[in-house]
Amino acid sequence: MAVIDQLAQPDSTRRRPRRTTAGRPPWMDRPSPTMQSLKVVAIAAIVVVMLYPFLYVIMFSFADGRSVGSGQLWPTSFSTSAYESIFAGGVVTRSLLVTAGITVVGTLLSLVFTSMLAYGLTRTRQVPFSKAAMVMVLCTMFFGAGIIPNYLLIKQLGLLDSYWALILPGLISAFNMIVMRNFFMELPQELFESARIDGASEFRIFASIVLPLSKAVLAVIALFYAVGYWNSFFNALLYINDTTKWPIQLVLNQYVVQSNAMTDLQAPDRPAPPAQTVQMAIVVVATLPILVVYPFAQRFFTEGVLTGAIKG
Amino acid sequence: MSIDAQDPAPAPTAQALAAVPPPEGIAPSADPSAAPPVAPRRRSLLQRMRREWQMYVFIVPGVLFFAVFAYLPLAGNVVAFQDYSAFRGVFDSQWVGLQNFANLLTDDEVLRALVNTLVISLLQIAFAFPAPIILALFLNSLLSERIKRAIQTVVYLPHFISWVIVIAIWQKILGGAGPIAEMFELIGLHGVNIMTNPETFKILVVSQVIWKDIGWGTIIFFAAISSIPTELYESAATDGAGSWRRMWHITLPGLVPVISLLLILTVGNVLTVGFEQLLLQQPAVGANAAQVLDTFVYYRGVAGGDWGLSAAAGLLKGVIATVLVIGANRIAKRLGTGGIF
Repeated sequence: MAVIDQLAQPDSTRRRPRRTTAGRPPWMDRPSPTMQSLKVVAIAAIVVVMLYPFLYVIMFSFADGRSVGSGQLWPTSFSTSAYESIFAGGVVTRSLLVTAGITVVGTLLSLVFTSMLAYGLTRTRQVPFSKAAMVMVLCTMFFGAGIIPNYLLIKQLGLLDSYWALILPGLISAFNMIVMRNFFMELPQELFESARIDGASEFRIFASIVLPLSKAVLAVIALFYAVGYWNSFFNALLYINDTTKWPIQLVLNQYVVQSNAMTDLQAPDRPAPPAQTVQMAIVVVATLPILVVYPFAQRFFTEGVLTGAIKG
Repeated sequence: MSIDAQDPAPAPTAQALAAVPPPEGIAPSADPSAAPPVAPRRRSLLQRMRREWQMYVFIVPGVLFFAVFAYLPLAGNVVAFQDYSAFRGVFDSQWVGLQNFANLLTDDEVLRALVNTLVISLLQIAFAFPAPIILALFLNSLLSERIKRAIQTVVYLPHFISWVIVIAIWQKILGGAGPIAEMFELIGLHGVNIMTNPETFKILVVSQVIWKDIGWGTIIFFAAISSIPTELYESAATDGAGSWRRMWHITLPGLVPVISLLLILTVGNVLTVGFEQLLLQQPAVGANAAQVLDTFVYYRGVAGGDWGLSAAAGLLKGVIATVLVIGANRIAKRLGTGGIF
């Protein structure tokens, strides 16, 4: 964890001068009371606008029929019937499993291929044509073939209605690869040199030196890929027609955003929970994995790994 | 993005070490006598490739991936010059030359999509582009690191939520059954549904973009702010500059290079507006307000079966966008702010 802690501590905080007890550098004036209260109002507004929508959906997913659609700011009733119905084994349960599978397999494969390419491109001086390969990858950041050609490619490859159509097109992101490559190149190169002199193969160096030293960047990139796979919507819309293979984002679009009626949700022996609560419960279960990993991911994003990549 | 800048220092070979004294820190492991007695420069290309064959095991899979999934689809753009039919496929469809492009020019829907795209883009440059700068300056003015961190945690969050979920949540808050519609009801306005109103839709789109990405957008500005030397602020304060003047004369000028770079990227992307965002909401507000170039390609091509025409629209858009990016980059270099490539 030492490496991770170092990354979470950007240079700028170390350079910052010692502060007074109020957290204010000694040369700075005391802010005026009006200014300070304006700032408090602004902070409160930002927090409410950003968080209340999430809270609202979470709260009302636990409401029953009386509270929904009444325009209340928080519900006055409690019920878990919405969750019971979506976890009863219908469309939502299945799509959650599909999405979890795609996310796990996709993230693992992406991590393997991205780190391999990133390591392969670290020595452009010595390895012939690796610089050309680097340019080839960089160029892909500035153009895209477009919807129709991509669709035709997946069709020609016979991947329509296959889960691979949701994994392969985004297997390596050029941006993530460059972030990783920059990280690898900042590792102490003498380590690799002496390992080479001792007769270690590149595979050995990669597996025993590079990867163990790069846990921090691997964690960040894994999170990026995982969030990407979990959230991926358009590829599924384009390539997956078979509704039994739909990931959660397509289910959300169909039953929540477009408000189409859900036919297989009602358990036969019980009255169906109101559609509004069920919709909110689907939103909650689709958002939950992101909310769970977010606190771990967030500390890396502030500064540290990413700023290096942007500046590089 | 220059590649040269990212190159690793050359491995310390016997030659290099003989010419240059070894820098401190690597001296023990890089003893000249321990380095292999070879001079890589004298080897032929083939020999060097054979020597580094292991590295190609790392490189080739990735290169193949980009060849198949980034470069090969470019060839699929030939459909733009065909009367493509799904039954005949790319190889047997009839060639029609520039007919698809000619048809584009007379298609009213293309014009409408283009106008919508440009209007939304301009609104975004006017409002969504400066929003993270303002937020970054505001957060930078906060004295407590803890409050600053806490707000950053809150404002980054929506960036990680998919557009499907964002639209779903906005519908719940602003839609006909939500608390905002209820508030309008209280002051006597009935049936207000901001989510389905075509007249205010473009403002809604920009608001959603700001809500989702304002926090994420601040990261790059924070990086730039943290690289401004603190001594500048300190001496400005001693000379009597208040916090506003310090922001105006030190922080903002320090951000100008980043701002102009990002503006270049934004101008280059003027023909691309949040595709998923608009695709998701078009059924609710209608094509008149929500059709943009990318959704046109999807609806006309994939959904409507008019493959040739929509591929032509996509190709034309791609070419113009590339020209815009290169042109904007030239201008930036001429203005002395440095380009991105």
